[in-house]
Amino acid sequence: MGLLDKLDKPFDSGNILITGVDTLFNWARLSSLWQMGFGLACCAIEMMAASASHYDMMRFGVIPRPSPRQSDIMIISGTVTLKMASRIKILFEQMPDPKYIISMGSCSNCGGPYWEHGYHVLKGVDRVIPVDVYVPGCPPRPEALLEGLMKLQEKVRAQSLARV
Amino acid sequence: MTAAEIVEKLSANFYQKVGEWHEMKASPYMTRMGSYMDVTDASFIRDICLFLRDEPDLVFNNLMLLSSLDNGDKTFSVVYHLESMTLKHIFALKVTVPEANPIVPSVVSVWNHANWQEREAWDMMGIQFQGHPDLRRILLDEDYPGFPLRKDFKTPEFFRGMKVPY
Repeated sequence: MGLLDKLDKPFDSGNILITGVDTLFNWARLSSLWQMGFGLACCAIEMMAASASHYDMMRFGVIPRPSPRQSDIMIISGTVTLKMASRIKILFEQMPDPKYIISMGSCSNCGGPYWEHGYHVLKGVDRVIPVDVYVPGCPPRPEALLEGLMKLQEKVRAQSLARV
Repeated sequence: MTAAEIVEKLSANFYQKVGEWHEMKASPYMTRMGSYMDVTDASFIRDICLFLRDEPDLVFNNLMLLSSLDNGDKTFSVVYHLESMTLKHIFALKVTVPEANPIVPSVVSVWNHANWQEREAWDMMGIQFQGHPDLRRILLDEDYPGFPLRKDFKTPEFFRGMKVPY
């Protein structure tokens, strides 16, 4: 049982997997999308419901993290006021790459019910930070948020290291 | 104590500083109805409030709500909704100030919980409460242009480089 024998038949004894770098990295990334643990308004209640045992977002690898430095995705769950917008931008800049944004609910998509008379509301968080997935609803049900999360996973699966 | 008795007592103690009494009829939708009284001399509002708090048969020890309104005729009003938690009666005061000089004495020294309510009135309507210990904006950014609940308020086009209108 010498080393030379193993070199002749490298795959016989198991524990070796042939894969592409893109596939491996994307699989790792999409399976552990750690989420920044913060909520803004009533959508945050649905986000918490999605995290809780009934919908169990953790089975997709989404763990709420208390720091932007450890997060991969930020779920903008609620009304983005002008006061909060500058803070969100700072938090986004503090997140390490690769980072993804899910805009959850009408308010953060386009201003929602505050679109006309909201003197204090940013009409869409995409005016401040880039958004990957928009989840419609007011507020969206946890299933809708999970669907958005799976859309984001599809997007991550199609990425390539050469392009990102 | 009934509202009429409170009005009588206020009129006797603050002659010509308080004005008309607006009696409100109870409705099936509101279980507790108060009446409100105009305060004609805004600079006396603190003294009147102190009187209402300290008089043994009034004891208004709770400022339930301090709200402000834009009357649309270049005047603002501040409404003080008072309650006595010991004697179980309520009353309201209303003071009107011109838009050009919206200064009302602060009642923080009478009720400490007026602090944030006056800050909100300053934030939204721009009413200056003289003698307030810390009159900063409470909800909006410090550099937000204007007071948004005024009738003549125009939403700014940009705020800190962010476009505001839809």
